[in-house]
Amino acid sequence: MNSTNPFALWRWEALFQNFDNVGSGFLRTFQVAVLALALSLIVGMIIGILSTAQNWVPRSIARVYVEIFQNIPLLIQIFFMYNGLAMAGLVLSEFTIGVVGVGLYHGAYVGEVVRAGILSMPKGQHEAAYSQGFNYTQTMRYIILPQMVKSILPPLTNQAVNLIKNTSVLAIIAGADLMYAADSYASSSLNYGPAYVLAGLLYFLLCFPLATFSRKYEEKLKKNDSIVVDIPEVME
Amino acid sequence: MIKLQNVNKYFGDHHVLKDINLEVAEGEKIVIIGPSGSGKSTTVRCMNFLEEPTSGEVFIEGNQLTAKNKLEVVRNSSAMVFQQFNLYPHMTVLENLTIGPIKLQKKSKKEAEETAYRYLDIVGLREKAMVYPSTLSGGQQQRVAIARSLCSEKKIILFDEPTSALDPETVQEVLDVMIQLSSMNITMVVVTHEMGFAKQVADRVIFMDEGTILEVGSPEHFFENPTHERTKEFLSKILR
Ligand SMILES: Nc1ncnc2c1ncn2[C@@H]1O[C@H](COP(=O)(O)OP(=O)(O)OP(=O)(O)O)[C@@H](O)[C@H]1O
Ligand SMILES: [Mg+2]
Repeated sequence: MNSTNPFALWRWEALFQNFDNVGSGFLRTFQVAVLALALSLIVGMIIGILSTAQNWVPRSIARVYVEIFQNIPLLIQIFFMYNGLAMAGLVLSEFTIGVVGVGLYHGAYVGEVVRAGILSMPKGQHEAAYSQGFNYTQTMRYIILPQMVKSILPPLTNQAVNLIKNTSVLAIIAGADLMYAADSYASSSLNYGPAYVLAGLLYFLLCFPLATFSRKYEEKLKKNDSIVVDIPEVME
Repeated sequence: MIKLQNVNKYFGDHHVLKDINLEVAEGEKIVIIGPSGSGKSTTVRCMNFLEEPTSGEVFIEGNQLTAKNKLEVVRNSSAMVFQQFNLYPHMTVLENLTIGPIKLQKKSKKEAEETAYRYLDIVGLREKAMVYPSTLSGGQQQRVAIARSLCSEKKIILFDEPTSALDPETVQEVLDVMIQLSSMNITMVVVTHEMGFAKQVADRVIFMDEGTILEVGSPEHFFENPTHERTKEFLSKILR
């Protein structure tokens, strides 16, 4: 008779015999996170630049985008893509929904980071560029964005951490991601304890190094008197 | 070369420049002095439209500056040196000097670098070409900024208090570079309180007070017999 302790040794053994599923869930989560991060960086860069333009039209577009994606729960956005778009005839794979859904959602947050980064650059940089004859686009491309990247690296990394954790919403549409794999293993085997602990550990394994890097890098920037972009933590 | 005609500037309802009229000839060296808040910076910033006048006209080499053509005129005609240097911190000294000529004047990298080294020699910083600005002293940074303003070989260089942010020991090295420039055929408009510099290079000194040009004259005029009471008062303070 096996022990009924939820963390009994035999439960761990059983879990590792079924590691394949959890392992491929982990891999899936990793893939979704990397691609969604890439998408969110591209979208965020565009939104951030639009939101600091002199003309009000791009500024409004960026504003509307950010407000919509930040003020509707990610879960609803994912459901919308899964069910809503499917009803309209556009059926996307769970993988695509993960990348696009999480990517667009975090694109709004990255956009705010980029915006704060652009605005944190000293006025003198814009003035020097203008006094040489650089136009707005050239000023952004050669002067502002390259030096901004360094100062927004910490908040961007925090975004990456949030993004990785948020890929777990895929579980809800059977996305075959880490959370889903752990959850389905747990409910079929009743090995809830080890399954969730392992899943948590694997998320931690992805996120902790990033969070640590972010913190260390920010300390380093502060020590060098570089510009530090502080984003109020409004997520989750 | 530069002409300001009835230039007025308001910030909100603060009347900062009041009917400024000024003509600067090609190659002329102008020094602008005056108390804090009198409108010196605003005046030079109107010359490249970093500030656009509320009314009045600005002409550069005969072309009227407008919101539409300002970038093109600036690109072709003028450079600026700032109190806070405003070097690009993510670029080496050499890149700071060549980015403008390469991207704006469409010079080749090689040509731009040769020019850059030539001007680095003039400001005495050739050996700093590969370092980043943050490793330099204030005086060195300002000399790099001056070299940058020279690299695009414009006819006009505007200086807004180039030595005011410097440690007293490094002021002279920057002034020496500027004195050297004055022998080139560059039109210089310099906001500064360095009267020694004014005496040595200025063709005309302009005294501004409360948004107007109160008095114009040679440096000697200002040292020997300034007309206005306000001018005397101001000079007695800075020459003390
Ligand atoms: N961007 C701005 N917005 C509002 N007011 C401004 C702005 N720039 C300058 N002013 C005001 O205009 C007046 C003239 O400023 P300006 O900078 O031209 O003076 P200045 O003679 O250069 O003084 P200083 O010696 O202190 O540099 C000041 O009262 C200043 O407060
Ligand atoms: Mg000033």
